[in-house]
Amino acid sequence: MTAATEDPATPTATAGAGGIIIQDLRIGLTARPGVDVVDDIDLVLKPGEVVGLVGESGSGKTTVGTALLGYTRAGALFEHGKVLFRDSDVLALPWQQVRKLRGEEIAYVPQDPASALNPSIRIGKQIVELMELRGLGTAETRLKGARDGLAEVGLPNDDEFLRRYSHQLSGGQVQRVALAMAFLPKPKVLVLDEPTTGLDVTTQGMVLQTMGELCRTHGVAALYVTHDLAVIANIADRVAVMYAGQIAELGARQTIFAAPTHPYTRALLDSIPHLSQARALSGIPGRTPAPGARPHGCRFHDRCEYVVDACKQDVPELREIAPGHQVRCIRAGEIGEWDISRGAVPDADPNKARDVILSLEDLGIFYGHKQVVFDVTFDVGKAEVVALVGESGSGKTTISRCVGGLHKDWTGQIEFEGTQLGHGSRSRSATDRKRIQYIFQNPYLALNPRLTIEQIVKRPMELFGLASGNAATEKVVELLDQVALGPAVLKYQASRLSGGERQRVAIARALAAEPDLLVCDEITSALDVSVQGSIVSLLESLRLARGISMLFVTHNLALVRSIADRVQILNAGRVVEAGSVVEVMDSPKEEYTKRLLANSPRID
Amino acid sequence: MSTTTEPSTLSKVTRQRRLMSGLVITLLVTLMALFGPLFAPYGENEVVGPPFAKQGFLGTDYLGQDVWSRLLYGGQIVLVIAVLGTLLGMVVGITIGVVAAYTGGWWDEVIMRLNDVALAFPQILLALVVLTAVAQPKAWMIILLVGISHAPRVARVARGVALGIVSRDFVYAAEALGEKRSRVILAEVLPNMNAPLLAEAGLRLTYSIGLVAALGFLGFSPDPNAANWGQMINENRLALSTQPWAVLAPVLIIGLFTIGTNLMADGIAQLADRGDR
Repeated sequence: MTAATEDPATPTATAGAGGIIIQDLRIGLTARPGVDVVDDIDLVLKPGEVVGLVGESGSGKTTVGTALLGYTRAGALFEHGKVLFRDSDVLALPWQQVRKLRGEEIAYVPQDPASALNPSIRIGKQIVELMELRGLGTAETRLKGARDGLAEVGLPNDDEFLRRYSHQLSGGQVQRVALAMAFLPKPKVLVLDEPTTGLDVTTQGMVLQTMGELCRTHGVAALYVTHDLAVIANIADRVAVMYAGQIAELGARQTIFAAPTHPYTRALLDSIPHLSQARALSGIPGRTPAPGARPHGCRFHDRCEYVVDACKQDVPELREIAPGHQVRCIRAGEIGEWDISRGAVPDADPNKARDVILSLEDLGIFYGHKQVVFDVTFDVGKAEVVALVGESGSGKTTISRCVGGLHKDWTGQIEFEGTQLGHGSRSRSATDRKRIQYIFQNPYLALNPRLTIEQIVKRPMELFGLASGNAATEKVVELLDQVALGPAVLKYQASRLSGGERQRVAIARALAAEPDLLVCDEITSALDVSVQGSIVSLLESLRLARGISMLFVTHNLALVRSIADRVQILNAGRVVEAGSVVEVMDSPKEEYTKRLLANSPRID
Repeated sequence: MSTTTEPSTLSKVTRQRRLMSGLVITLLVTLMALFGPLFAPYGENEVVGPPFAKQGFLGTDYLGQDVWSRLLYGGQIVLVIAVLGTLLGMVVGITIGVVAAYTGGWWDEVIMRLNDVALAFPQILLALVVLTAVAQPKAWMIILLVGISHAPRVARVARGVALGIVSRDFVYAAEALGEKRSRVILAEVLPNMNAPLLAEAGLRLTYSIGLVAALGFLGFSPDPNAANWGQMINENRLALSTQPWAVLAPVLIIGLFTIGTNLMADGIAQLADRGDR
């Protein structure tokens, strides 16, 4: 199955000459025969082409990525299929040859580059050592080779930089060093496993640009593995969408984003916020099935809105519906057109009357003697969502922690409905503590693993005397229902829930106190986009139903557009621009805001 | 122990061979020490023949008392003192460690530096200093001294474990709700420390047995006439070459018990490592 590309930007070459082909790959679990991690994978990477492999957690995308290097993680094994590179099957080669291929011909850039660099060897020496190992250059030319490699990824290459250790570089610099090292042996195939996750948007923009240029100039076939569709939209030539271990849809980038055909692709796109227009985000009901729990027939049928009986019978084939566009759906073509502006809603009205509930004045925040936030002044109205946006280190989370009473070392004033708030939660009145609730970034750390969900959600009611005993249990069930969790989870411990479900429990715990202000600290950044979509729509409905105000901390500008009324752009502890979302995002005045907007990956 | 209520935990425990063998050995020795006196052929201080004679199951001791009977009688006091001393040491140590970790900052520094001073004393030295000063040691004194000498060591471990937990978001969440400090420690922090603390308790029990036996050997026991495994080693060591069982029997039983408790501690630690959560 050789799909001809329709993308004029890529040179049409016969598949395999320099590229790599995955044929009918199936990877199973050693401990559970018959259970597959990924199945029926056919994929062609052509030289000079970047293929985006996108999927949510548990879709098997990383497994496919590492399969290109002839590697599976412990507990998994190749059941059948081939990875053809230069007319030989990488999976069938003896390990000595595979080892030689890895790094030299097929390179890998990991998600966390800091762990790939040795912290006790200087950068220059590390690159030279790599070239020694690969037998590149001679003793005299290696240092120059290292400098050239660094220049290619846009890093300084003077002696001072070569003498640095990896901890003296920023996250983006480390990632670019990793890219430079991957490109040095002039590989023919490059596997990138979420290399920009965890980087700020401006850094991410630079790394992506460098990577794209390198791949195209060196004629490298690259597989870019990520969960982020917006990144894919900016870098990939072709896109493969994975779901539950299979490729659901495969096509040129323009096709996938303009005319997605698989219901899963459409649902994913529906859950992504846009930079240019507010949207009513929606999630995908249910959760991604784990290997062994995947349904028969079409693996997406139990979450699909277009499901018919035939979907439950046989596994659909990946069939070609247009040249270069393949879809694994028996109903492709009969479920109508898709439009990118579907779900668009009017932006928040910038002239709406405001009734201020929280106001911060001249807020300065310290860690010990070091001041990290300077003169921050803004306010939040009733039933209004104010977003705090900035890159890492901008102080956005620190501000939210002060409002939540979790950080005490600040000066200035925080006023909540006319009364001064104490510095720490212990110096605040019970009413203030009850009315301001904080939701944490990482749902895996925010719930006590030893308590049941019922105990967790019930606690605020008991503490603030809102309900107790059976009445409280009834209210817990009610709250869980509001956050779309069934009463079955009452007796569960948090470890049995997925990340999205845990975050819903955390939201239910916050709601149990009947708050007037929710402080949300990057509450969707640890979650898949489809889960983010459903959490955001949940918050929106709660805001409308209960009139709750929200202070929403995030680094994702597109998300701000869909959820917030007003936005504060932060840089290095100061507010650089503030105003209504429409004003700030459509006509930014500050250079910093413009740069943030320009670097944010967008699909619209 | 407290981990055997849930079926899933129970099956995990039974599959853990190290833990199971440790549990069985500990249980057998404990049962012997507790109910031994009921089955002893002779009384605790009954003279049954000449000293160091090969008469009966394990022969006689330096006063002509039956070694087997004294062995059955002599465990109770050692085990009771060791277990209570360990419990005391665990409670005091955990309190110190968790409070230090939870309050943090200056208090943490002060508490832990004082703790370091206490740690500098060899465990048995403190007990000896006090016991040589009193005419006749009482059982509660030995328990107290064993407990106090364990506390700083337990405190270090408890603080280390607690540090990893007090910085988790669910503890901050409880703080933000305004929970009392004591409740944050009892309901949020402590339940997440179970496994490593159980392992530590097993290890501490091992040391306690050794400590109590050593004190007995040196002559510090609540009742000099009563049988006591540690004391028996001292009493009968003169005849090690002619009547070795009078010394070897208490040595072996102490050794067996420490191996049992140690295996148990190891097993619990392994179980926790494999991620029982």
